[in-house]
Amino acid sequence: MATAYVLMASSTAGQAASTLLGVIEAVGGFIAILVIVFFVAGRATGRLQKPIAVVVCLGPALFLVTLGLIIPAITTINSSLKNQQFLGQLETQYIGFKNYTYAFTDPTTQQTILRTVLWLLIVPAAAVAVGLLVALLVDRMKYSSIPKTMIFLPTAISFVGAAVIWSYVYNYVTPSQSQTGLLSEIVMKLGWSNPPNWLITAPMNTFLEMVIMIWIQAGFAMVVLGAALKAIPDEVIESARLDGAEGVTLFRTVQIPMIRNTLVVVLTTVMITTLKVFDIVFTINNGNFDTDVLARQMYADMFVTSQVSRGSALAVILFLAVTPLVFYNVRQLRRERETR
Amino acid sequence: MTATTTPPAVQRPLTGTAAARAVRKAFSGSLASVLVVAIGVMWTIPTFGLFINSFRSKEDAATTGWWVFFLHPSFSLSGYDQVLTSQGGLIIPLVNSLAITIPATIIPIFVASMAGYSLAWMRFRGSDAIFFGLFALQVVPLQMALVPLQQYYVHGLQIAGVTILPSPGVNGTLAQIWLSHTMFSLPLAVFLLHNFIAQLPGSLIEAARVDGASHLRIFRSIVLPLSMPAIASFSIFQFLWVWNDLLVAKTFGGSNPDMQPVTARMQSLVGSYGAHAELLAPAGFLTIVIPLIVFLSLQRYFVRGLLAGSVKG
Repeated sequence: MATAYVLMASSTAGQAASTLLGVIEAVGGFIAILVIVFFVAGRATGRLQKPIAVVVCLGPALFLVTLGLIIPAITTINSSLKNQQFLGQLETQYIGFKNYTYAFTDPTTQQTILRTVLWLLIVPAAAVAVGLLVALLVDRMKYSSIPKTMIFLPTAISFVGAAVIWSYVYNYVTPSQSQTGLLSEIVMKLGWSNPPNWLITAPMNTFLEMVIMIWIQAGFAMVVLGAALKAIPDEVIESARLDGAEGVTLFRTVQIPMIRNTLVVVLTTVMITTLKVFDIVFTINNGNFDTDVLARQMYADMFVTSQVSRGSALAVILFLAVTPLVFYNVRQLRRERETR
Repeated sequence: MTATTTPPAVQRPLTGTAAARAVRKAFSGSLASVLVVAIGVMWTIPTFGLFINSFRSKEDAATTGWWVFFLHPSFSLSGYDQVLTSQGGLIIPLVNSLAITIPATIIPIFVASMAGYSLAWMRFRGSDAIFFGLFALQVVPLQMALVPLQQYYVHGLQIAGVTILPSPGVNGTLAQIWLSHTMFSLPLAVFLLHNFIAQLPGSLIEAARVDGASHLRIFRSIVLPLSMPAIASFSIFQFLWVWNDLLVAKTFGGSNPDMQPVTARMQSLVGSYGAHAELLAPAGFLTIVIPLIVFLSLQRYFVRGLLAGSVKG
């Protein structure tokens, strides 16, 4: 028994060591290649020097995004127009927009899309509201770094980790027994003698999962909006105050308009993240009990239930939904660069 | 201290920073403080519950809520013991997470800073278009790229049955996860690093040019060392992103326990509800503790990266 234990421990250590050794080799090899390329390319002189430098510096990035983003995007759009079911299927045919018609007419998928829209409407608004509230409150406060860090901390926690953390909030135990979930405990103390099984009761479970996402995203909103508030010149606040603006009026008429651009950028950024939400829904219920969202169903279509083309159509829908948001951000950015 | 006239000493409203400070003071009422602290506590309680439960014995954690700990303190490390030894088996996933995260952070730094430098300082026709094109590639959702990338790793790049690019031979290794993360990170990475590199003093780079240094040499000996703050910001960003990722890991290594990172391992632990419920708390805490340490110790750089990415140009 003891020897088996030791053996197991040593094999674990061995495996860990060999994995890490592989990493060191890979990183070392990568840097060695860079050094060699730089050395060889650096010997070029004269008219060729600049073009070679451009190719050496820009080439890898362009190659990788072409291979990893541009070609896959085209392939996925192509596949969404076919009737491919499983990966590596040889006989596939183009079937026009049938997969898209399916996505918008199949009742289950319709539900999934509607639910994703609900996520999109609620999570960004709520996360920005909390972030803005805290940013406004601490903007004029000493010793605010500890509560700020407390709110910012979930940003570093993975969605999977968050799902585990929140399972101790949403846990369900029969009311006659001692409770292990914080939410049940609280509502029972408040007099609700028979709380439901939170995570499998629709539609409540979707909103409870949204709370987790809001919990993660609020810190991001707070930090970015806080920085924007801090950038408002003191003179502006001062003159507004001389004009009689105080408290809520000051927020509404001076501070909010002055950070409007940042506000919109934060909102769209959280929207983009929310649209792609996968981990939380996947980890908590695997999309069951009426909690499925677009990104989760797409994953199932592609890798679990062998409906690659249908999944691809969902991916394209996601892509089309994200595009205007990202382009809005890019335009905003370009405008800022021009004014600089 | 360039003011030449002192304001007359008459009774008048406060001006400048003094007034602003007065405004700030007026608002820093106790109500605001209470509210902020309340939100902070609310935001911490769930994590705190996990932390407490991770130090309670199997039986205690399964039958009573973590808050009971404060009434009947009981302390046990058996959960951690189990998770870190054979049964929980979290050691290998933790090592895998490191093995995935480190190269997936280092490789994009080089690729992106080289691209950022060339787009900022080697002006050529179309460099602006390439820059915005790269940034705009953020629209491609990860999900869109997963299946085609996986096909590429297995079969190579084929168009109409003709192999254009052979498979890189990374199928079934960690290298495909590094490559994927590198590809997906580039739009943001190039953007962040380009913006920083573009603001380096032009005189410095000009002087080096006059002295006959080549572009590659300037990159290596001037740009790279001076870009360390931006590189630090991006590294933390990327480290947290890769460490916390589930989708890429699940797609390219999820079924193979030798390549599974902690997030994937945790997800299967949660999935097998009941079977390993007692290990969830310690395993969950171990999963989040490394990113939390990185985050807390380097928060300043992280915030700088966030701001550069979403507010400033």
